[in-house]
Parts: sequence; structure tokens; C-alpha cells
Amino acid sequence: MEYFLTEEQQMVQEIAAKIATEKVRPIRAELDESEEFPWEIMKILAQSDLFGVYLPEEYGGLGGGVLENCLAIEEMGRACIAVATTFAASGLGAYPILLFGSEEQKQKYLPPIASGEKLAAFGVTEANAGSDAGGIQTTAKRDGDYYILNGTKQWITNAGEAEIYTVVAITDRTKGARGASAFIVETGDSGFSFGKKEKKMGLRASATRELLFNDCRIPADRLVSKEGTGFIVTMKTFDVSRPGIGALAVGLSQGALDISVEYARKRVQFGKPIIGFQAVQHMLADMATETEASRALVYAAARYIDSGAKDISKISAISKLYPTDVAMRVTTNAVQVLGGYGYMRDYPVEKMMRDAKILQIYEGTNQIQRNIIGQELNKEYGRIKETFF
Amino acid sequence: MHIVVCIKQVPDAKNVRIDPETNTLVRQGVDSIVNPHDWYAVEAALLLRDEYGGQVTVMTMGPPQAEEALRETLALGVDQAVLLSDRAFAGADTWATSLTLARAVAKLEPVDLVICGKQAIDGDTAQVGPGLAAHLDQPYTTYGRKLELVDGSQLRVERLTDFGYEVVQMALPAVVTVVREIGDPRMPGLKHKMRAKKLEIPTWGAADLDLKPEEVGLQGSFTQVVKVFSPPPRSDREMLTGEVEEQAERLFNLLKDGKVPGL
Ligand SMILES: Cc1cc2nc3c(=O)[nH]c(=O)nc-3n(C[C@H](O)[C@H](O)[C@H](O)COP(=O)(O)OP(=O)(O)OC[C@H]3O[C@@H](n4cnc5c(N)ncnc54)[C@H](O)[C@@H]3O)c2cc1C
Ligand SMILES: Cc1cc2nc3c(=O)[nH]c(=O)nc-3n(C[C@H](O)[C@H](O)[C@H](O)COP(=O)(O)OP(=O)(O)OC[C@H]3O[C@@H](n4cnc5c(N)ncnc54)[C@H](O)[C@@H]3O)c2cc1C
Repeated sequence: MEYFLTEEQQMVQEIAAKIATEKVRPIRAELDESEEFPWEIMKILAQSDLFGVYLPEEYGGLGGGVLENCLAIEEMGRACIAVATTFAASGLGAYPILLFGSEEQKQKYLPPIASGEKLAAFGVTEANAGSDAGGIQTTAKRDGDYYILNGTKQWITNAGEAEIYTVVAITDRTKGARGASAFIVETGDSGFSFGKKEKKMGLRASATRELLFNDCRIPADRLVSKEGTGFIVTMKTFDVSRPGIGALAVGLSQGALDISVEYARKRVQFGKPIIGFQAVQHMLADMATETEASRALVYAAARYIDSGAKDISKISAISKLYPTDVAMRVTTNAVQVLGGYGYMRDYPVEKMMRDAKILQIYEGTNQIQRNIIGQELNKEYGRIKETFF
Repeated sequence: MHIVVCIKQVPDAKNVRIDPETNTLVRQGVDSIVNPHDWYAVEAALLLRDEYGGQVTVMTMGPPQAEEALRETLALGVDQAVLLSDRAFAGADTWATSLTLARAVAKLEPVDLVICGKQAIDGDTAQVGPGLAAHLDQPYTTYGRKLELVDGSQLRVERLTDFGYEVVQMALPAVVTVVREIGDPRMPGLKHKMRAKKLEIPTWGAADLDLKPEEVGLQGSFTQVVKVFSPPPRSDREMLTGEVEEQAERLFNLLKDGKVPGL
């Protein structure tokens, strides 16, 4: 397919694909087995300037947008979404600063993120506040020129490895959803530490830990935007980051399809390659169709967001929802195409299937995406005065 | 420190065929690639620049399309490139090739070090590096696996041998050829690649290098390829398969019975 990418976008693709094929694919099984954080690969991605593709040039980036970010994520995801998530989560931590940070914050924090010298992370979720982010209990109290943070964030991607964290905490409990604020916390801030590394079903090379705030003292200028905007910052961040989850899904689906077709052409049963059986062919055809539809959707959503459009919540949710549901189906069918071999850890598709599940959960479960899409539809059609009957 | 890296564009060995009629290389449809060994030469230069600073210039003698090979290496962060291209260069043997390269190095002065690959996968002579040193009247070391600058004026080379390595130190300027133990070539960088796309690459011909027609290409060559051919296929062959022990036993029995082809 031809998506009319610019020369620079094609370069992003080429470089990310080269790294994915030569550096990630050969070690993905090993990383999955050892649950080792992929620092080597992060260093290569940094040297190749990929961490800056979506950041403005004045902060050391390459001046691209959501689409460039998605292209890099997709190519990496084709080899391993644990590695690609590690990359993408740094962007998730950077977006609140890019979208809402002060000029000083952008100048201080974005260049090391763009160069890949430092990883970033984003922390909202807590033990009792997942889908219902409004239920967070971590607090931030103003104390002169400082804020004092207390509480625990849970399941934060890149925790312990990143050096720059954007976290959301309650500054005024009486104000409900308007009482949360976003802050930048750095590794080494007093009273800031990490919980144990989680053991996961998939995405095992990605680090998932708690952020522990124990009278964590940070300068008041670490507040992002104004007090009370914490959830707006969160929602707007997800609006631009969710196509990236769609891109992870597209890469993963493509990676699973690649292996399935290659295998089906070689595996002989009943005297012929199994791709000759219509049942297998149709499974592959559906996988290819849904993967391509996902890709077209992600690129279209990313381009729309990059155009500067404001009404992006619905398309952003759609671009996360559909490709990730597809990735779950495609990877499940990839295991089916490979039969018993597919179920073996010697073959890459069982990992792909384990990995795929997370895509339907993080950055808002797919139920929550449907809620967003449904609510947006309700608003959208509420504004339309004409009838379609 | 100014380092010049010589690279050669070669046919991708994965799809090379010899035409059985004419016994020549079938070049149509065969992609050209950077000689695989030359990536280590580029990496060696970039490692030295990382460590000691300076500039890296990459250079190739070849047809106009060899410019592609130069741009590929620029994407890794090489500073500049020069293409040596001239109809008169065609048919050069290792003498003419290395003389042409040597003149270009002289034109790029000051140059502290020239790095070549171990050998080219097509010509395969491994003569160009040493030939270049001879034309430049400089010391050279081959099969470098680790390069280190000493006192800013000497190069210490760990030189790979069949039994380990030797440490050789030579005064700069000098020529060194390197092996893959230098380390895997780095991945291309986006900023480098964008710069590479736009960078102006000068093309130098024989006249630019003050070389007379009889000094370059076929005319300047002391040797000529008279014939290239595939050895005729032989049917009396057996590939041994299986465990090493089984293969050894099979070979032993064949030798014992005097049934080894060609013996
Ligand atoms: C590997 C991993 C990495 C993560 N990384 C990060 C990170 O970097 N930063 C971060 O802040 N968080 C992170 N998370 C947290 C993640 O975003 C949450 O797990 C997710 O938002 C869901 O919250 P929950 O797990 O508490 O599920 P719950 O909210 O308890 O949901 C449980 C089930 O109920 C459904 N449900 C809940 N509410 C509704 C509703 N209103 N309507 C319909 N269905 C509903 C959900 O869809 C789900 O199926 C990560 C999680 C994992 C597993
Ligand atoms: C189409 C064709 C026609 C030829 N015609 C003749 C002929 O008529 N007579 C004849 O004697 N030989 C001919 N040759 C072979 C020619 O001698 C060699 O290809 C050439 O001199 C380089 O030698 P090599 O390939 O053995 O390189 P090697 O000596 O094995 O290469 C060692 C290193 O030297 C450097 N190097 C080699 N070549 C170049 C280059 N062109 N530019 C920059 N750096 C380089 C690289 O760093 C390389 O790794 C021909 C070759 C080709 C491909």
C-alpha cells in the first residue's frame, strides 16, 4: 500500500524498521524470557534520533508530529511491542510537558527526552483508581516554594528506568475533578522511590512498577499548567498518545501476519501447503484486511491530529480501539495458523498473543474507549439540528 | 584528526550469477551494496572520531551510481564524501585503483589516517589498502581489530592473526585495513540521513587528480582479467551430513577405500 508519506516520514520508517529487524527481532524472545529492560536498544534508538521525531526542533526534536511517532512505533512493534512500548511510554511522559508545560519546563525537560538521553513516564493509575482516574488519592500540598507529594502510583510503564515523570495528584480534594494537578518529578527527588517490578503475562521486557511518594518534596515550578488542570492535561495527553497504541497494534498485527503467511506457505499437511486450504486462506485474508484497515485508520487519525484539529477525542479513541481489538484477533489466529507450533515458546506468535492483550487494557481499556466514542457521538448528534429520517 | 575511509560498491553476493554462456557476471537485476567489510572501516573511523574528535571523509572510486553507497555511509554520521568517477577509470586493476585513491587522499590533505576494509567481496584481492600505502609512501597494517591513538601521532593497532592478535604501533599518517572484530557498524541516524540526502558530493575525475589517461583505468593497469569462468560442475561429489562423528567416520572410510573424488 502507498500512504503518500513524505521523504522524511519514509526515513523514520526505514530507520525504525532496520533497528527492529537487525537489533530487536533477534533478541525479542530472550528479552521476554529474562524480563530484562531493553537499555541497549533504547541507546540505539537514541543514537538514531528516533526519540525526537514528534518533538519540535527548538527542543532538539525533528519537528514531526503524531504520524512520525506512530510510524516509528509501528515498525518497532512489528518486532516486539514490549520494546516499542518502552519507547512510546517516554513520549507519553513528554506529551503533558509539550502540550501544557511552561517555556522553561519545555527547555529543561524536552531536549534530553528528544535525544533519548533520558526516558520519561506518565503516572496516573493507582490501586483504587484505574478507569476511574478521578478516584486517585495521591496528594500534593503546597508548602511555600514547594509541593509535598504523598501516595502511590501503580503499574507505571518505564518506572525505575525513566528519569522524568509526569504524575497527577490531588491538590484540592473539595473540587472533585477540578482538584487534580499534574507535576514533573525527577529521579532523585527526595521522598521519591519505586516499588517492586511487576511480573506480567506479556510485555515482559517493559518495566512496570509503582511510584512511591513519601513526603516527596519538589519545587513549586514543577507544576504543569495551573492547579486544577490535572485531568484536562491527562485527557488531552491521551488524545494525542492513543493513536500510538493503535500503531503498536498495527505493528504487532503485521508481525503476526508476516509469520503466519510465511509459515502457511511452508507447512505441508495432507500433501499440500496449508495455505492451500481455504479455511486457512480466509483466516489469513481476514488478518490482512483488518491489519490494513487498522493502519489506514491510525495514519488518518494521526494526520487529522497533526493538522491542528481540536475535536480529536473520538477519532483518537477509535484509532486505539479498533486496531487493538484487531491485534488480539490477529495474534490469536496467528497461533491458530501455526497450530501446536504456535503454542510453543520456541515460536514467536505465542508471545505476540500474550503481548496483544495489554493493548486492550492500558491507556484506557477498550470499554472506556467505547464510552468515550459513545459520549462524543451523543454530544455530536446533540448539536445537529436536522433529522436523518 | 582527519580520517579517510575507502569504500567500494559491490554486487550483492546474495544474487550474483555467472552467465553460463559467456562466463561473465550477470549484473542486470543485481543490487549494488557497500562492500560488507567496508562497513567496519566506516565504524572504525567513527569510533576514533567519537574518542578523539576530528573529521571523517568517505571516498569511493566507481560509476556515478556509487554515490548511493557514499550516502548510505553518510547516514551513519560520516562528515563528508568524495566520489571518484571518470570513464577513464574503468577497468582499473588494483595498481590503478590504489594510485587513483592515493591521489585523492593527497588532494584531501591533511589526512592522518586512511582506513580500508579487509578486502572486497568481488575482487577479493585485499591489495588496495596496502597498494594505497605504497603509493602514499606510508606505513600500513592489515586486519586491524582495534585502533587506538597514542600521543596523538601514533596508531596502535591490534592486528588479528590466526592464533590471536599482535599489537603493532605505527607513526601517522598511515593506512590500516580492518576486520569485523572492530564492532558492528552503528545504525543510521535520522538527522544524519536527512543531511546525507541533501549533502553535495563532489565528483573528481582524472584531471582533478592530475592523473594522465595512461595512469588510470585499463590503460594504467599492469594486469588484465583475461577470463572469468565458473569451474565446470562435477558430478562426483558427496556432501557429508549428520553429526560430526558420523561425518568423520564416513570421511575416514572413504579415504581408507580411496574413494575421495579427485584423489
Ligand atoms: C502493563 C501495564 C502498563 C501500564 N502503564 C501505565 C502507565 O504508564 N501509566 C498509568 O498511569 N497507568 C498505566 N497502566 C494502568 C492502566 O492504564 C490501567 O490498568 C487501566 O486504565 C485500567 O484500569 P484498571 O486496571 O484499574 O481496571 P478497572 O478500571 O478496575 O477495570 C476493570 C474492568 O472494568 C471495566 N470498566 C471499568 N469502568 C468501566 C466503565 N465505566 N464502563 C465500562 N467498563 C468499565 C474495564 O474496562 C475493565 O474491563 C498500566 C497497566 C498495565 C497493565
Ligand atoms: C567491472 C570490473 C572490471 C574490472 N576490470 C579489471 C581489469 O580489467 N583488470 C584488472 O586487473 N582488474 C579488474 N577488475 C578488478 C579490480 O582489480 C578490482 O575490483 C579493484 O582494483 C579493487 O580490488 P579488489 O576488489 O580486490 O579490492 P580489495 O583490494 O580486496 O579491497 C580492499 C579494500 O580497498 C578499498 N577499495 C577497493 N576498491 C575500492 C574502490 N574502487 N574505491 C574505494 N575503495 C576501494 C576498500 O576499502 C576495500 O575494502 C575489475 C573489477 C570489476 C568489478
